[in-house]
Amino acid sequence: MTLTRKLWTGIGAFIILSPLGLILPDHFKAGPAWGEWGVEEIQKMTGYVPQGLQSLSERWKAPLPDYTFQGWEGQDLVHLSFAYIISAVAGIAIIAGVALCIGKVLATEHE
Amino acid sequence: MHIPDGYLSPATCGVFGAVMIPIWTAASKAVRKTLSVRQVPYLAIGAAFSFVIMMFNVPIPGGSTGHAVGGVLVAILIGPWAACIAVTVALVIQALLFGDGGITAIGANCFNMAFVLPFVGYYVYKLISLNSPAGSNRRIIAAGAGAYAGIALAALCAGIEFGLQPLLYHKANGQALYSPYGLNVAVPAMVLVHLLVFGWVEVIVTALVVKYLQKQNAVFFEGGRS
Repeated sequence: MTLTRKLWTGIGAFIILSPLGLILPDHFKAGPAWGEWGVEEIQKMTGYVPQGLQSLSERWKAPLPDYTFQGWEGQDLVHLSFAYIISAVAGIAIIAGVALCIGKVLATEHE
Repeated sequence: MHIPDGYLSPATCGVFGAVMIPIWTAASKAVRKTLSVRQVPYLAIGAAFSFVIMMFNVPIPGGSTGHAVGGVLVAILIGPWAACIAVTVALVIQALLFGDGGITAIGANCFNMAFVLPFVGYYVYKLISLNSPAGSNRRIIAAGAGAYAGIALAALCAGIEFGLQPLLYHKANGQALYSPYGLNVAVPAMVLVHLLVFGWVEVIVTALVVKYLQKQNAVFFEGGRS
């Protein structure tokens, strides 16, 4: 097996294990990362929602918000884990594709 | 460390976007010079690795979560400029497709995680590894130290960016317009959790993969550039 194939296999293993990044925080009752709160959480923490933050946040409707399907926010961990894996596969497919294109464009003149 | 939309003022976002444009330009020039065709798959693998490692949210029980970035490892393997491009691709897709990190904050997030993190990590690695043999333990330690320094400095930058907002942008009654916490709260909050918890995840992942690759293909570690 070539090294690149081995490394892609490793990425595949990370994809399968990725729901740990969802399940562990849930199990240990950990909230979002510092500075990545939603407006309701800021309201709770500071007693108000900063005006500019309110108008700028949540303007962009991501197709797979927070690595799940739209409308799946309240789903159980099994569903969310499934969506998380699909998100990982979709994200990696696009990212690898874009990086390969950039790499091909930049590296062509080299050899 | 993914700053969402609304936490930084439009002007701050503009500044970091403007700062990143020459960095991205320099990165594409540097990569054009140094990246060989057979290394292109590693650029894609590096971007994919950074993306997937960021999905592993590590909990602080009862507190917040965070994650490794993987950018120092990518910088050690294919160079800091190529790592800058790889992590940028991951961050842009995270913002557009998953709403992880703001669209308006792409410049700032790329500055922290695709520029400061891989470059600090890479040069700490170079400084400690010096001319040690490709398969030496010293290189593993150097990689770990680079990972730790890289993520800590990136977190410091994010903390400063957050913390400057209420100083620069607030209403007459003192209410913040964007991120509400000042430097005295934002900097320690960002730096401490990365020094104590998430930085170690970056260290372990980086060191383990370097150790594995030393056995697989030591060419990655000869003269710093394969």
